[in-house]
Amino acid sequence: MSESILNIDNQFGLLFDASECIGCGRCYEACKEQNHLPATNKDFLKDHLSDKTYTVVEEYGDTYARKMCMHCLEPACVSVCPVGAFEKTELGPVLYDADKCIGCRYCMQACPHNVPRYEWGSVSPRVRKCNLCYDRLKKGELTACAEACPVEATISGKLSDLIAEAKRRIKENPDKYYPHIYGLEEAGGSNVLIISPVPLEQLGYSPKVPKQSMPTFTMQAMEKIPSVVSVGGLFLTGMYWLTKRKNQLVKEEHQTEEGQ
Amino acid sequence: MKKKLGRLTFWKSAAVVIAIFGIYSLIIRFTKGLGASTNLSDMVPWGLWIGFDFIGVGLAAAGFTIAATAHIFHNHKYESIARPAILSAYIGYMMVVALLVIDLGKPENFWHPLVMWNVHSVMFEITWCVICYSTILTIEFAPVVLEKFKFNKLLKIVKKITPAAIILGVLFSTLHQSSFGSLYLIVPAKVYPLWYSSFLPIHFFISCIAAGLSMIILSAYLCARAFKQGLNIRILSGLGKGVLVVLAIELVFKFSELFSTGKISLLFVHASETYFFWLEIILGSVIPIWILTNPKYKANRMGLYFAAIFTISGFILNRMNVCVTSLVRSSGQSYSPSFEEISITLFLVLVSILAFKFIVENFQVFEKEETNTKVETSKEEIETNLETI
Repeated sequence: MSESILNIDNQFGLLFDASECIGCGRCYEACKEQNHLPATNKDFLKDHLSDKTYTVVEEYGDTYARKMCMHCLEPACVSVCPVGAFEKTELGPVLYDADKCIGCRYCMQACPHNVPRYEWGSVSPRVRKCNLCYDRLKKGELTACAEACPVEATISGKLSDLIAEAKRRIKENPDKYYPHIYGLEEAGGSNVLIISPVPLEQLGYSPKVPKQSMPTFTMQAMEKIPSVVSVGGLFLTGMYWLTKRKNQLVKEEHQTEEGQ
Repeated sequence: MKKKLGRLTFWKSAAVVIAIFGIYSLIIRFTKGLGASTNLSDMVPWGLWIGFDFIGVGLAAAGFTIAATAHIFHNHKYESIARPAILSAYIGYMMVVALLVIDLGKPENFWHPLVMWNVHSVMFEITWCVICYSTILTIEFAPVVLEKFKFNKLLKIVKKITPAAIILGVLFSTLHQSSFGSLYLIVPAKVYPLWYSSFLPIHFFISCIAAGLSMIILSAYLCARAFKQGLNIRILSGLGKGVLVVLAIELVFKFSELFSTGKISLLFVHASETYFFWLEIILGSVIPIWILTNPKYKANRMGLYFAAIFTISGFILNRMNVCVTSLVRSSGQSYSPSFEEISITLFLVLVSILAFKFIVENFQVFEKEETNTKVETSKEEIETNLETI
């Protein structure tokens, strides 16, 4: 896991500012276009994440919230996939390789943000989710959604710059923001950050997501495997010889008794 | 006699119906995909099949516990049940592997974990343990086949490596039985607190031992009726004692953990999870412990059979609770298995029972064979097994 958090300085991400968002849906349209996804709902505000929709804009009163893959620093999906079909790239995006995937869907079960979607209708289904426009990032471009945003509610850039920008916005306008950067610590931190005028659970971001990175929950059990195997192996081998020898001695005793 | 014949036809026709529905559902599954054949969704990606994998592997736990008792701890009393225990484990694992492959979105890629490794993944570890343990079960069961066809040279080699194989088998079993619990460690915010625990792997390991031993008691009952191969009461009550000890340990462990983590108040909250939890505890722990400590029943065949049935029901409920009930609230979506999910599951159970029957009839699984006299009624009896599962 350590390799994934090595160079946070080189990683890109997204900052979504719910205080600025006007709910125009340009990010939604741009994402559909960028990923060649079909239209799924006439009213984009009523759409939801699916195998054909990687980001949505949701309406909560007069505030709007975007939902998409958070691109965790230490992603649960990367750690749980038995065949390594997920990869945390050096630029930040968490990518999925359908050719490796066996379709166990553990990624969907494990994701703390409930993001991965599945092509349930297909006979060779793939997991679908936002890829943070990896190809565009590689070329030094902004993500499609950030480029489309007319009001800088979604901005893309270096993760360290985004963190600084989020802190600056909250600090300069304390009345406008709830003082929390969602994604800074949630699930051990992610490349997508969210700030908002109201507590984030009011916008449907789960407050129950733990602050520690998800793979550590599994590691505390996995790291005990070597000792279970070695201690268990020694114990069982020992018992095998001991009980065998004991039975032999009992037998011999019987024989000598009978001999007398 | 007439009534018996009538029941026989009933079970036979039930088997035929299950087979037809099962094959039909398999065709739907592979031609139309998981979406068309299951009630799974983006919010409920795992359902009946995963639960049934847990149950199948758990009930097969007798394979390693009995093999260890008889061949590692050299407790000769249990040697006579080692073969049936290993056989039922073998068939159980084959069924689970088949179901796992059916459940995969891309079953054609089932071999990928062999060459594409992710050592951080619990699922990867389970896959490897199941493959290794199935190989070991093959070695453990091989003598039965080799004896029959008199491959004496090969038999000698197999017998030589058997002790090492059994030790490895116990280790692999310990790892993956517990790892089924580890699968849920990474979703602390999704699993309902009554079932979430950082000790989930240990709970899974302990409870599978009680379930596995109970399965032996239950199959002893079914085989006694079907093949006239009753187990002697000394072995049965020994197994009963084992079940009692394990159930008591698990119950104390579970409740002391609920106390120490401050979750005890959840036991009195008005919620469907509470009722499912209590049902699991009462069926799978309280009742069998009561039976097994009652002097009137604990050395009595019927008492032991009932204790086994309760333990197994509680076990099944526990696994379904962990993988379905506990996640309903956080997923915000309820789930009940589809017709195809149920009929494919029943079909695999049917195939397992028929495989068990075929092998018991044709190979020397039970000591002092005197089968074939009552083979006629056997099918009917074994299929009552289906009901209980």
